Amino acid sequence: MSRRQTVAVVVGLALYALLPPFLKNYGVYLMTLLCVYVMAAMGLNLVVGYAGQMSIGQAAFFGIGAYHVAILMKLGLPFLAVLPLAAGSCFVIGLLLGFPALRVQHHYLAFATLGFNVLVYLVLRNEQGWTGGTFGLAGIPRPTLFGVELDGNLAFFYFTLASTVVLALLLAWLLRSPWGRAFAALRDNPIRAESLGVNITAYTLLAFAIGAACAGVGGAYYAVLVQYIEPSAFNVPASLMMLLAVIVGGSGRFFGPLVGTVVVVLLPEWLRFAQNWYLMVFGFAVVALMVWLPGGVLSLADRWRRARR
Amino acid sequence: MNEKIIEFDRVVAGYSPSLTILNDLTLDARRGEITLLIGPNGAGKSTVLKTLFGLLVPRSGEIRFEGRAIGGRSPRSLLAEGIAFVPQGRNLFGSLSVLHNLELGGITLPRGALAGRIEEVLHRFPRIRERIGNQASTLSGGEQKQLEVGRALLLHPRVLLIDEPSIGLSPKLVQEVMGLLRALADAGTTVVMVEQNVRTALKYANRALVLETGRLALDRPASELLGDPDLNRLFLGGAGSPAAATAH
Ligand SMILES: Nc1ncnc2c1ncn2[C@@H]1O[C@H](COP(=O)(O)OP(=O)(O)OP(=O)(O)O)[C@@H](O)[C@H]1O
Ligand SMILES: [Mg+2]
Repeated sequence: MSRRQTVAVVVGLALYALLPPFLKNYGVYLMTLLCVYVMAAMGLNLVVGYAGQMSIGQAAFFGIGAYHVAILMKLGLPFLAVLPLAAGSCFVIGLLLGFPALRVQHHYLAFATLGFNVLVYLVLRNEQGWTGGTFGLAGIPRPTLFGVELDGNLAFFYFTLASTVVLALLLAWLLRSPWGRAFAALRDNPIRAESLGVNITAYTLLAFAIGAACAGVGGAYYAVLVQYIEPSAFNVPASLMMLLAVIVGGSGRFFGPLVGTVVVVLLPEWLRFAQNWYLMVFGFAVVALMVWLPGGVLSLADRWRRARR
Repeated sequence: MNEKIIEFDRVVAGYSPSLTILNDLTLDARRGEITLLIGPNGAGKSTVLKTLFGLLVPRSGEIRFEGRAIGGRSPRSLLAEGIAFVPQGRNLFGSLSVLHNLELGGITLPRGALAGRIEEVLHRFPRIRERIGNQASTLSGGEQKQLEVGRALLLHPRVLLIDEPSIGLSPKLVQEVMGLLRALADAGTTVVMVEQNVRTALKYANRALVLETGRLALDRPASELLGDPDLNRLFLGGAGSPAAATAH
């Protein structure tokens, strides 16, 4: 990262952290929700942007993480104990789903994840004994951190923001590690990577499983943020929103999911004035953006750089 | 005559079932030699290397490495056997640094060995050492080719497949790269090189194989071909001059 980028990130982060005390509850909630979706989208970026696979099931992993938290915390387990369980389950399920799917064909993962998402939705809706069915699960407690209760919205916002930063740093570290560099090679040119002996299938599978784990973590935070979950939040449309966030931001760019999530989550909020027309306006806005900037919002930076030369 | 390390035995291969490029091709390359593959554009020279390296699966026939059939094996497993490939054109990861490109080239090496091997390569290519922290896409064409060759040498390959290494290099650098390949071959590495810069390449090669539409048209000692007054006519269709042989 260049110095200018580092400065931009630090300043952006500082502004983001300083804003919420001046906002109403709903604003704080929205900014926390952004963090939660960013976690899931960053994981998806690994799959879509780096490994070059389509996944239409990120919300299923998000849901699995959320239900882990809802069920296990109500049984009395602390949040910080459930979190690694949620991430671990999603990672393992990701491996189990990805292994057969990635052995077949390039586009196969898209179908496998789509089917998986529908399946998870149906399980969440029908296994009423565990999941509460369509009524969902309410009364999910906010986490307690070393004796400090994070009941307040502001306290919880800072906890979530810090967690998002930690997750981002972990992913950055992963991508910069000597073996994680293979992900970047995969993104740049899979055939070249293969010619150097990179095990494409293994790395793609790993990307998918890590991406799933990130969604599980995001889902865990989502459950304690909203404190009430029900299956429809984890159905295919949510997966498509996450995919959209990655693509709109600029897939394969580290900060792409961050920018994309802001657009995809906030745009509908700003478009509330359009009322019943909002979905249509939103759709048009996305189409226009993709036509004008197929590389995502972050590719604007490249354009400016090229234009200045 | 040196031992045959690589053999193609009536190999048929192509990019799709209806498109046959290698047509019943039989050839071999021998230990410690530079085998030069030449022929017109589209003759299938690059396809030979890609098939050998496992990027294409032969439809029929057999490819042998040290007597064992290797047709259909993955590039990764062939790398482990000691076969390395430097493809035609640009092959670096432009967004990554020079060092990171080298590290990726050593991804199949045991962890402890990598640093030492990189040091070896940097010793051989001082220009690359100077640019070690730069983004690979900012290197000049010659530097990029040096980095590609260096990256392949990281693995101490027993067989080096290299496709048109001279493209974009100054005459002096071409001599340098060819000299390096010659030294590698003399030290026991088997080199299979595709090259359009025929006259220069022949000076360094042991044997020349001329390919035409996916078949072997000629197999001659390089020195013999170099001394042949009909050199141009033989595989440039008579229209060529030495200058045309270097043009691409
Ligand atoms: N990826 C590909 N898909 C389909 N056809 C291909 C592909 N690569 C090469 N071909 C075709 O295969 C034939 C042989 O190509 P190849 O690259 O082996 O030729 P070459 O002898 O290396 O030529 P050049 O001197 O131009 O590099 C050509 O007709 C080419 O159009
Ligand atoms: Mg070629």
